[in-house]
Amino acid sequence: MANLRVNFAGVAFETPVVMASGTFGFGREYSEYLDLNELGGICVKGLTLRPRAGNPPPRIAETPMGMLNSVGLQNPGVDAFIRDELPFLRQYRMKVIANLSGNTVEEYVAMAEKLSDAGVDILEVNISCPNVKAGGLAFGTTTEGARDVTAAVKTVSRVPVMVKLSPNVTDIVTIAKAAQDAGAEALSLINTLLGMRIDTRTRRPILANNFGGLSGPAVLPVALRMVCQVARAVDIPILGMGGISTGDDAVEMLLAGADLIGVGTACFVDPLAPLHIKNQLWAYLARHGIAAVSDLTGRVELHA
Amino acid sequence: MQRQCDIITAQQLTDHIHAITLDAGDIGLAARPGQFVHVKCGDGVLLRRPISICDCREGYLKIVFEARGPGTQWLGEKKSGELDILGPLGRGFDLAGRNVLLVGGGIGVPPLLYAAREVIGIATAILGFRSADHVILQSHFREICKRVTITTDDGSFGEQGFVTGPLEHHLKQGGYDSILACGPTPMLQAVAALADTYNIHCQVSLEERMACGVGACLGCAIETNDGQMLRVCKDGPVFSATEVF
Ligand SMILES: Cc1cc2nc3c(=O)[nH]c(=O)nc-3n(C[C@H](O)[C@H](O)[C@H](O)COP(=O)(O)OP(=O)(O)OC[C@H]3O[C@@H](n4cnc5c(N)ncnc54)[C@H](O)[C@@H]3O)c2cc1C
Ligand SMILES: Cc1cc2nc3c(=O)[nH]c(=O)nc-3n(C[C@H](O)[C@H](O)[C@H](O)COP(=O)(O)O)c2cc1C
Ligand code: FES
Repeated sequence: MANLRVNFAGVAFETPVVMASGTFGFGREYSEYLDLNELGGICVKGLTLRPRAGNPPPRIAETPMGMLNSVGLQNPGVDAFIRDELPFLRQYRMKVIANLSGNTVEEYVAMAEKLSDAGVDILEVNISCPNVKAGGLAFGTTTEGARDVTAAVKTVSRVPVMVKLSPNVTDIVTIAKAAQDAGAEALSLINTLLGMRIDTRTRRPILANNFGGLSGPAVLPVALRMVCQVARAVDIPILGMGGISTGDDAVEMLLAGADLIGVGTACFVDPLAPLHIKNQLWAYLARHGIAAVSDLTGRVELHA
Repeated sequence: MQRQCDIITAQQLTDHIHAITLDAGDIGLAARPGQFVHVKCGDGVLLRRPISICDCREGYLKIVFEARGPGTQWLGEKKSGELDILGPLGRGFDLAGRNVLLVGGGIGVPPLLYAAREVIGIATAILGFRSADHVILQSHFREICKRVTITTDDGSFGEQGFVTGPLEHHLKQGGYDSILACGPTPMLQAVAALADTYNIHCQVSLEERMACGVGACLGCAIETNDGQMLRVCKDGPVFSATEVF
């Protein structure tokens, strides 16, 4: 029997399929469509210290095999999350990963303290949201920023700290290393790629925010390349995501160097996508006589 | 619910408008007026397309849509086989009221048909179109409603002008307790303004670009008058006019 279990930074995942932040809310809506116990974990919607209304509409624009979003971290704030949403998520076996964004290092620290005390399994420190002006991306584009936030969160967190990296940088590997050196126990990548679309009739951008983050199948090759580069440069585990919509995509992501795989946009197309991906992954392992999913991680054989 | 639904009939109503009836099983049985379905439009188009439920009887669900871009064009060419449907989604119309006015414009007319069928009291419809060759579903409304007024912008069919003319006329006469409206935003705003003047409760069905359609991604949020962000797909698409205009 193939084994889907993954030990990720000391946290035991029953399956490697994790829902990507912002695409699955706090799990309630999709719980009508699938059994959340089938999932390895959920990265909850990006949280901020205080509630945020997010950006004005339109927030969605379709692109060839992808989509742009400019939601802008609309969320009820970290306290409301802990009070109203966490107890619901805790009914399930899946791991709860809290995704947090701040305007300052102090905000990240305040949130990390509250969330790790509240008993989430992992903190996902978002330094890569492209949709808020003074948001986390300010920290995600420099090695100093990544280091300062990671180190500060590490001083207060009692659970593993995972740093979510932005693809909107010249060299993602240096940022990844800075996060690792500052004490990050894991990395997640990629967040969305900054893009835009224009309505040719009105000459106006479709998104009210002008720009937004690209996700979906279109970004898979970029995500694979970045996960592959980062995995070769760091020793900490990786939650790899970006464009995964089939079991084969998930296998590619694991081969590139991911330990867990994240599924986001695929769910919008098919709410059962995470389960299909999980089953196809299991079938792949069985077909190839591979004992454990971890045997695939990083096993791509690069050309010389 | 998500389901592969058999296409029972597919018809072209006008140059650009199509109707498809589906055997929607549980989705059809659960559907309420004002709700919508999220339709997968082939493999080349990533996101689903939200389409209102035009009518529904015993699990047979009808959608009426305009072929605009790649998604709805693909749908217009689909004449048989199955459609991948997610639904019924959203919060539909509150159908209370003894004397209900249905006000629709263009491609906003279809969802009012199911509302007309299901209202508790009597329905009166005022339906606006661009011109005679854009008029749809007229005979269906006539079968169900006490009274149907059609307007066209150019006067080529029914009364010339916008729906607001006959609407004000009806409101002056009095006796109505509710308005249900669906159509382009400027029309909805004009209808809401009249509803306010005549102090009558008005519900409007809104559109916004969507990704998940189930309330999870916050892609379709709109701001209400009191500064709340509400999801068109989950908290709507039907809102009380005073909430949003
Ligand atoms: C709740 C709801 C109910 C609807 N009911 C109907 C209906 O009964 N009949 C009908 O003809 N149309 C209806 N629409 C509009 C319909 O969803 C769009 O016409 C359709 O999505 C356009 O897709 P496309 O590929 O043809 O066009 P494109 O313009 O190429 O679409 C590009 C992207 O923009 C989105 N988009 C474009 N226009 C709209 C719009 N007006 N509203 C929301 N998203 C849009 C598409 O979903 C897609 O993601 C409804 C919209 C909503 C939100
Ligand atoms: C609508 C939407 C909202 C998102 N919100 C967040 C967020 O709040 N925090 C975050 O770290 N990433 C957010 N993301 C990025 C995803 O978590 C993920 O990194 C990205 O979408 C790539 O994966 P995918 O192609 O499978 O969707 C969001 C993505 C989408 C599409
Ligand atoms: S479309 Fe995702 S919340 Fe409405």
